[in-house]
Amino acid sequence: MNAINDLSIWQVMLAYVFVLVVLAITSIRGIGREKEILISSVRMTIQLVLTGYVLVYVFANPSPLLTALIIVLMECFAIYTVFNRFKGRLSKKLKITIALSMLVGTLACLLYFLFIVVRIDPWYDPQYFIPIAGMMVGNSMTGIALGVKSLIDGMSIQRNLVEEALILGATPQFAMTSIVNNTFEAAIMPTINSMLGMGIIFLPGMMTGQILSGTSPATAVNYQIAIMLGIMGSVAITVILMLQLGYRSFFNEEDQLV
Amino acid sequence: MFELIDVKYQEVVDIPHLYITKGQTVLLGASGSGKTTVLKLLNKMISPTQGRILFCGNDLKQLPSVDHRRNVMMLSQNPIMFEGNIRDNLTIAFKFQERVIPGDEELYKILGKVQLEKGLDTPVNLLSGGEKQRLALGRIFLLDPSVYLLDEPSSSLDQDTEDKIIKMVSEHIKKANKSAVMITHSKSVAEKYGDEIIEMAQGKILYRRLRDECNK
Ligand SMILES: Nc1ncnc2c1ncn2[C@@H]1O[C@H](COP(=O)(O)OP(=O)(O)OP(=O)(O)O)[C@@H](O)[C@H]1O
Ligand SMILES: [Mg+2]
Repeated sequence: MNAINDLSIWQVMLAYVFVLVVLAITSIRGIGREKEILISSVRMTIQLVLTGYVLVYVFANPSPLLTALIIVLMECFAIYTVFNRFKGRLSKKLKITIALSMLVGTLACLLYFLFIVVRIDPWYDPQYFIPIAGMMVGNSMTGIALGVKSLIDGMSIQRNLVEEALILGATPQFAMTSIVNNTFEAAIMPTINSMLGMGIIFLPGMMTGQILSGTSPATAVNYQIAIMLGIMGSVAITVILMLQLGYRSFFNEEDQLV
Repeated sequence: MFELIDVKYQEVVDIPHLYITKGQTVLLGASGSGKTTVLKLLNKMISPTQGRILFCGNDLKQLPSVDHRRNVMMLSQNPIMFEGNIRDNLTIAFKFQERVIPGDEELYKILGKVQLEKGLDTPVNLLSGGEKQRLALGRIFLLDPSVYLLDEPSSSLDQDTEDKIIKMVSEHIKKANKSAVMITHSKSVAEKYGDEIIEMAQGKILYRRLRDECNK
């Protein structure tokens, strides 16, 4: 095995030069996003450092309860992030739908992936559970956020088409067909595109991380293939669930637009 | 046919009692008096915030909305066209209702009825406002519901075409033993074709009367 080249805290600090350069450029050009750049860089650093500590602890003391707790926190954070992005634009029904689809979609895919594809042992092994859950939940969160945006936008742009379809005797489901299809496409496209570019245009983060920390590229590649398929499944299923339940949130029990 | 009992819709419509009989009813009233709102209530695109509406003795609340809309069909005031050509727009509702799509011959027949001399392959975005209005009317006539709710079907037509169209509508309704509730701003149309004339003002019924036969 290769000796792993540990990155010291000072070396990490050197990477902050990137931030300084970007800050300098944005302030000279008067682009005016310095605050956001600084906050996001610092927040990212703090979040990852804290996560690092938590992971060190969890890996050293593996327990089913701890694994479950982290998964629950992840889900909550992902759902909260989506809610937050659409502040004030989500009906209660749509919120419930988003939460439910995230939970059911990601958990079903995660459990299948860990227990049937990878077959981890012990079943709660945090070293697998947490990073893979992170990727699935994270990507599904992005997918569902894109989906919700496309659904809300589609609804506000095409509302009169939907209404005309209802007037002409369409069921709400039929009236929403084109919006629902567009939404699915918008939500799944980034995942599809990243699969298309995989290995050629970019090396994915997980594989890079594994290779850097000493895993053989062959193993890393196998994992990457499996996880990409898992992510696509999770994004697609989560978004489909959201759409199947979510389109109804624009109608009442009497099939009228609300 | 329709009975409205103590119906209110928000602050917009307030009708203590109204009976709409089978046959041809014309709804008059100033702009903003609540005519469109009443039509939407009748085909369940909206529901009253208070009161009940009966259709042939059945409470609308109990009737499945989608079935009711297929039976009591509304022509919107500003009909929306779907992407595509005239054929697409005539047949799209058959897809919505999962009915067998009629052939071109039948489509041309209906275009003739609504005085639209265009090919079925004409893209709808090339049509004028009045042509779109007639196409939308044709779309509904092709579906042939038992009650027609027509929201100013001739508002963007010239006098001549309006007369022809309204006459066609009226003849069809009579011959096929259907009913229609038609909104119009034209008193002459009302007197000529309304068996029953209702005028609204500020959300209330101003009067309801039968046609004055002497005017005929
Ligand atoms: N959902 C609603 N909530 C509140 N007000 C509404 C609603 N729908 C319509 N209105 C108001 O009710 C009034 C009556 O509207 P309606 O469309 O029924 O008028 P109308 O008689 O058809 O007028 P026009 O001849 O101009 O078409 C209008 O002032 C309109 O702004
Ligand atoms: Mg109106």
